[in-house]
Amino acid sequence: MSPTFITLDEFRPRMEELRRSGMDFLRDIIGMDWEADGLGAIYALENSSTKENIQIAVRCANREKPQIPTVCDMWSVAEFYEREVYDFYGIEFSGHPDMRRLFLRNDWVGYPLRKDYDESEAINPIRMESETPEDLQRQTEIEEDEARELFVKQTNKIFGDQYIINIGPQHPATHGVLRFRLALDGEEIRKIDVHCGYIHRGIEKLSEKLTYPQILAFTDRLDYLSAHQNRHALCMCIEKAMGLEVTDRTQYIRTIMDELQRIDSHLLFLSCAAMDLGAITAFIYGFRDREKILDIFEEVTGGRLIQNYNVIGGVQADITPDFAKKVKEYCQYQKKKINEYNDVFTNNTITRKRMIGVGKLSLEDAISYGCTGGTGRASGWACDVRKRHPYALYDKVDFKEIIYTNGDCYDRYLVRLDEILESIHIIEQLIDNIPEGDYKVKTKPIIRIPEGQYSTSVEGSRGEFGVFIESHGDKSPYRIKFRPMGLPLVAAMHKILKGAKIADLIAIGATLDYVIPDIDR
Amino acid sequence: MEMKKPVIKSIPYEEFKDNETLEALIQELNKERTNVLVGKLDDLINWGRSNSLWSLTFATSCCGIEFMAVGAARYDFARFGFEVTRNSPRQADLIMVAGTITHKMAPVLKRLYDQMAEPKYVVAVGGCAISGGPFKGSYHVLNGVDKIIPVDVYIPGCPPRPEAMLYGMMQLQRKVKVENFFGDKNRKHKRSEMPSDPIIVTNVPISQNENSEEK
Repeated sequence: MSPTFITLDEFRPRMEELRRSGMDFLRDIIGMDWEADGLGAIYALENSSTKENIQIAVRCANREKPQIPTVCDMWSVAEFYEREVYDFYGIEFSGHPDMRRLFLRNDWVGYPLRKDYDESEAINPIRMESETPEDLQRQTEIEEDEARELFVKQTNKIFGDQYIINIGPQHPATHGVLRFRLALDGEEIRKIDVHCGYIHRGIEKLSEKLTYPQILAFTDRLDYLSAHQNRHALCMCIEKAMGLEVTDRTQYIRTIMDELQRIDSHLLFLSCAAMDLGAITAFIYGFRDREKILDIFEEVTGGRLIQNYNVIGGVQADITPDFAKKVKEYCQYQKKKINEYNDVFTNNTITRKRMIGVGKLSLEDAISYGCTGGTGRASGWACDVRKRHPYALYDKVDFKEIIYTNGDCYDRYLVRLDEILESIHIIEQLIDNIPEGDYKVKTKPIIRIPEGQYSTSVEGSRGEFGVFIESHGDKSPYRIKFRPMGLPLVAAMHKILKGAKIADLIAIGATLDYVIPDIDR
Repeated sequence: MEMKKPVIKSIPYEEFKDNETLEALIQELNKERTNVLVGKLDDLINWGRSNSLWSLTFATSCCGIEFMAVGAARYDFARFGFEVTRNSPRQADLIMVAGTITHKMAPVLKRLYDQMAEPKYVVAVGGCAISGGPFKGSYHVLNGVDKIIPVDVYIPGCPPRPEAMLYGMMQLQRKVKVENFFGDKNRKHKRSEMPSDPIIVTNVPISQNENSEEK
């Protein structure tokens, strides 16, 4: 589906009209640099009830000071997406309340994803001094009080005069290198400022220089806990663009592997959530069972955590003869073990006290913030891509979309626990019927994609993972964009956290289940 | 008193790779004779230190998950005395740099390293920490942590297998064993290794950098 181009003047009214007509899910904003045609952005919108899709593109010719009106009053997640576009392309969104860089340091020179960006070390060397937060440049006033004594009044640009504490980037409960700055009132959180980019690896820019098969390797390292799904999404996008049909056997293998990966990810979620809340036993249990999946992965793909398994046109290697037997054994084993997690963690009083009713996210907010995956489904949003836009074999298998309605930490936890069983159910339907055939379609040695824009998405382990490719007919993409699963979750944090206690931050962060390299890319 | 070859119970000495580096270290230390009493005390302390290496939990990406797997049930690094991971750099003996270090993270990593108490060690885990790995050539990735902090052990892989991490940690144990704890011979050696190369660490005024190391 190619985007509809509209002019800058039409943009705001058109978006308002779309919002009113029920396009309530802003899937992504993709910054673009069309060189001579100027800079711009593509907005991918979806109607959460009718599943209708639309892509709107807008561009402005002025490269010196490009400006696009903001849409963050209509879709809350746009606040973060627009900051990302500003960071990479320097497009300012007029009316945006907080136009700062999102990933890069605030003293970074230039906008890296522009085509004319100069990558030389001299311009952006490794700066070893700490970054000065923008809000530390305080507005200082000298005032006189009643006793006629002079004193200096300082107000912070972002936080006002609230008490600020810093968490991260090196903190065990941030699940990687995320950094929060919190304004506290006693124990209550008043405001949160999220700093991303501590693991921003510039994958999208790197990809523009590499060939399609080379880019595949990056997808595994984005969200390493949904390595299969990410790679599946990119392979599917390239195959769709090339008009390549993969065999049934490939579809079966890919679907089974995706589900195994999902179980793997959810087990890790359970372990880490437990460990964050102080339950070491549950952590050990989760990792013990996760190793069994990794054994299967290792035997088939050769890799444990990062498997590099999907390739364009199929999979890297055929499944081993006893793959089906091992997977079935594992499914039987895992079903029994769920009770063990329930005994040790789910029904634990401390767990329930720390999770039930904590960190509520309403359905409207979940959609407005685009929180897909387990987080959205815990708030009652049927956002599973496997049901919304079925791909691979998901329209042929029978499975339930797990939906809870409270939207608190406990529901987010339960959704994932139930999805483990649902994934096992999907695998059991497929494992005995893997058809004979080729596991890989022969492709040309050099892969080129016809000119155009292509996008696909899959259900990753923690939300909708999307791939957008704009090709100009070369062997490497003109622009590739991955829709991060975690960025909307982090964007929603300030909504979820408002009024929560500081100790709840850990439980909320754990159950939102974000993976930082996926956010930062 | 002479320093002996380091012994690790689970793997014979000959089966370790890169014994030459250690032997060179031993030779250097043996040039200056140590008092028997101090030498014995050294041995005892190094035995204790090498069997209780506490690492700072510092994971930026994929390798961190494998590090957690090493800590969990199957691989269980508690068998070798590494089970205590510390969240504060002040209490840690070593820093496992597991994952890509980006431009924004580099000053944070350096600061964490500076905050750790001597004697301290650095293990670079995975391709990214060693050389930038698959992201070498990106505008925002540091090509190897050894450009900003001195590294003791490199564990290659993307990500390394848990067995590789255990092997790497055992190599570090051996390195800890061939040290004179008393006197500051080792520390001097390390300090001279500190990169003060202005080409890499461009924006720091050199004088300021030296001052901070003096402290």
